[in-house]
Amino acid sequence: MTTDVLIRVEGLEKHFGGGSIHALNGVDAEIRRGEVVVVIGPSGSGKSTFLRCLNLLEMPSAGRITFEGVDITDPKVNINRHRQKMGMVFQHFNLFPNMTVLKNMTCAPVTLRKKTKEAAEATAKQLLERVGLLDRADAYPNQLSGGQKQRIAIVRALCMEPDVMLFDEPTSALDPEMVGEVLDVMKQLAREGMTMVVVTHEMGFAREVGDRVIFMDGGRIIEQGSPEAVFEHPENARLKEFLGKIL
Amino acid sequence: MQAWFEGFKHQFELNFIQRSRWKFITTGLGNTLLITLFSLLLGLVIGVIIAGVRSTYDKTAATARPTFGRKVLGFFNGLCKVYLTVLRGTPVVVQLMIICLVIFAWSDNGVALASLAFGLNSGAYVAEIIRGGIMSIDNGQFEAGRSLGFNYVQTMQHVVLPQVFKNVLPSLMNEFIALLKETSVAGYAAVRDLTYGGNTIAGQTYNFFMPLIAVALIYLALVMTLTWLVGKVERRLRSNDH
Ligand SMILES: Nc1ncnc2c1ncn2[C@@H]1O[C@H](COP(=O)(O)OP(=O)(O)OP(=O)(O)O)[C@@H](O)[C@H]1O
Ligand SMILES: [Mg+2]
Repeated sequence: MTTDVLIRVEGLEKHFGGGSIHALNGVDAEIRRGEVVVVIGPSGSGKSTFLRCLNLLEMPSAGRITFEGVDITDPKVNINRHRQKMGMVFQHFNLFPNMTVLKNMTCAPVTLRKKTKEAAEATAKQLLERVGLLDRADAYPNQLSGGQKQRIAIVRALCMEPDVMLFDEPTSALDPEMVGEVLDVMKQLAREGMTMVVVTHEMGFAREVGDRVIFMDGGRIIEQGSPEAVFEHPENARLKEFLGKIL
Repeated sequence: MQAWFEGFKHQFELNFIQRSRWKFITTGLGNTLLITLFSLLLGLVIGVIIAGVRSTYDKTAATARPTFGRKVLGFFNGLCKVYLTVLRGTPVVVQLMIICLVIFAWSDNGVALASLAFGLNSGAYVAEIIRGGIMSIDNGQFEAGRSLGFNYVQTMQHVVLPQVFKNVLPSLMNEFIALLKETSVAGYAAVRDLTYGGNTIAGQTYNFFMPLIAVALIYLALVMTLTWLVGKVERRLRSNDH
């Protein structure tokens, strides 16, 4: 693993409701290239807001986010170009229901990366093969199970050849028996060296593939470290309480 | 029976055959169709523009920076709201009369003026249909598009609008049917539409029954045909619903 910083977050704040709700209260963090960072914390602690600020789906109220050396919070920056390099996977999949699986995957590369349809489809089919869904290429999303949908959502993001993948509770909307197949894809991705930021309640996943665990509470990073340090030797009282509830 | 039939025949000849009075019906029908078609087109253009401004303003509220462009958009958004309030808050027949008898009193191109009036009015309703369609699409669709790197317009074009189109097409066709019937008040501004044609015959023959029944039957046939078409389109959309 190299140590260069892919995303640097400085003094990040996010307020909602005209300033009445402070979702993030000054977050500083670094995501290094090739690292798998798992974000945990109680409901409402700001995990999703933090993740969504990284690709500016939420516009930060204050602070700076530097991605690959570019301050993307600068209003002059064309965020669309940088988002192409930041894949995102949502809790509710958000596949495009009016497109086939293949079209879901090739739509963005063909439009944005000026790939030919054939090249984009070849890439898409390779990825489908890898997640065992090649035979579903011509299906529509409503013909797929939840686990299949989420695997498609992951490879759809991969089609843009991102430098980092952001996951917001990718398995929370799944029936228990489908969680494993999605986590397997994510583990494989981690082994291949993809930089990943994962908000999840899957502590097994965090232990197995996480390089670093970040614990958030009240819109702040309260504690962070290796999975072993965070899970086995938690220092902060709130982290201990949180782990006591979920483990 | 024989006498009744003779009477009917006489009435029919009086109202439609003599002095070629049927021409009032046919030119009226032609004008009604022209007015409906032109106002539909105008209404669609206006509706798409207003829906675009209104939903862009609302959709980008969360992430917008307070730039000059944002302020301009805010201004047009306010303008659109005023337009919707006024056009939906006053009777279409009053709008028609103001346009034909006040603003363009110097012009006697009734079909064009009626198309303008009904088009402006219909635009307000079409705008709300389309905006409702855009707002009914799950915001996750929008975010998925943006997270792949599509800009706002590309996300609308590739992801959101194709879904909106499917959802609102039946409503738009129903708006078209309502419009067809609504144009029957064109006569208030002396525009010679189908209803006005029937009324003209009645005024000449002092016989209301036959011309008005004929007019009603023609509207009914048109509306039933269009309704059948809407049903067909709806079934078609549902059958390839994914
Ligand atoms: N769009 C929004 N408008 C207003 N308040 C919001 C919005 N999004 C988040 N919040 C608030 O910000 C705070 C942090 O929310 P966030 O969704 O980031 O928490 P979370 O850690 O992801 O929680 P969960 O585990 O339930 O997903 C919460 O108090 C939430 O109510
Ligand atoms: Mg969340």
